Amino acid sequence: MQYMVSVVADGTELAPPGEMAAIRAFNQRLQAQGYWVFANGLAEPSTATVVDGRGEEPVFTDGPFLESKEFLAGFWVIEAPNLDVALKLAAEGSKVCNRKVELRPFNVLKE
Amino acid sequence: MTDVRQAITEAHREEWARVVATLTRRFRDLDIAEEAAAEAFAAAVGRWPTDGVPPNPGAWLMLSANRKAIDRLRRENKPKEVEMFHDEPPEALGAIDDERLRLIFTCCHPALAMETRVALTLRMVGGLTVPEIARGFLVQEDAMGQRITRAKAKIKAARIPYQLPSADDLAARVSGVLAVLFLVFNEGYLATSPDTAPIRHELTAEALRLARLIRALMPEDGEVAGLLALMLLTEARRAVRVSATGELVTLGKQDRGAKKFAVPTNRVADQEQKSR
Repeated sequence: MQYMVSVVADGTELAPPGEMAAIRAFNQRLQAQGYWVFANGLAEPSTATVVDGRGEEPVFTDGPFLESKEFLAGFWVIEAPNLDVALKLAAEGSKVCNRKVELRPFNVLKE
Repeated sequence: MTDVRQAITEAHREEWARVVATLTRRFRDLDIAEEAAAEAFAAAVGRWPTDGVPPNPGAWLMLSANRKAIDRLRRENKPKEVEMFHDEPPEALGAIDDERLRLIFTCCHPALAMETRVALTLRMVGGLTVPEIARGFLVQEDAMGQRITRAKAKIKAARIPYQLPSADDLAARVSGVLAVLFLVFNEGYLATSPDTAPIRHELTAEALRLARLIRALMPEDGEVAGLLALMLLTEARRAVRVSATGELVTLGKQDRGAKKFAVPTNRVADQEQKSR
């Protein structure tokens, strides 16, 4: 079962050096224990471009699709057997990156 | 006839949580378990008055609910799952009582909102109907139904595990369960709405019943015993807390000699003795 751990941030400052080390250590532990799928941080929201390709010509709009005080700063995708395990990992993730996170399961497609 | 009705009421009180809990484990789906249990009890209401009350009502209900669940899987075209579950005979009743404990911990999971935990616990463990729960908390029936449906969907999609909490989580999780029961009890002890009676016995009684169930399942837990004792002591004053004209009476003016005051207090002492 895969879960997305979204990092919710309300400022664009980068994590201080100590935090980056803590995040790296956490990531290594995720990999060692088999929970790791993928993780990365995102550049700040103002670097985003909204793309709408549904019309005949694609439309590009500068900026994020949603202007808000809180935004997605990065994410982990983890593999966990159930929500209790995922909650523990998400709590640790929140601690090491010093931000709130949102934990959400991926949709399981029925075969 | 009244005997049959009484037998059904009794079976509902005694067996509902066990049937839901056992089916949830077997079919890994709260929704299927709840629906099949409700259908089995409806079948009992239809059949028992003519066929008579079966010698073992619990086993009858479990078997019937099991069939209803398999029928539903068939209807939904899940023959593989049906095959898988068909081979398993229903377990003997009473052998794994902690099945109900699993159900309680799942309904009171910290990833669910408090009001959702309360609603889910009353429905799945307490066996109250959605309209009853909606009335209990003065919420529209539709809204209450949706709250429970959403909770079941979240439990399934987010994979809230159907298991007992790990040892290092246990204390916190038990407190979570007790908070749910105390919330139910409190609403009955002194209703928050101006539109109901100040004391709502149906809620305090339900909270007490669930607290007793948890106490029976976790006899070693001091927190559980403590909450049950507190509820019993508080409930003992129920009759003297309201005057003849329906007004609340403050503690100092309550009739402490009243007969009803004394009886359950003995029971608390008894409870405490047992917990030692």
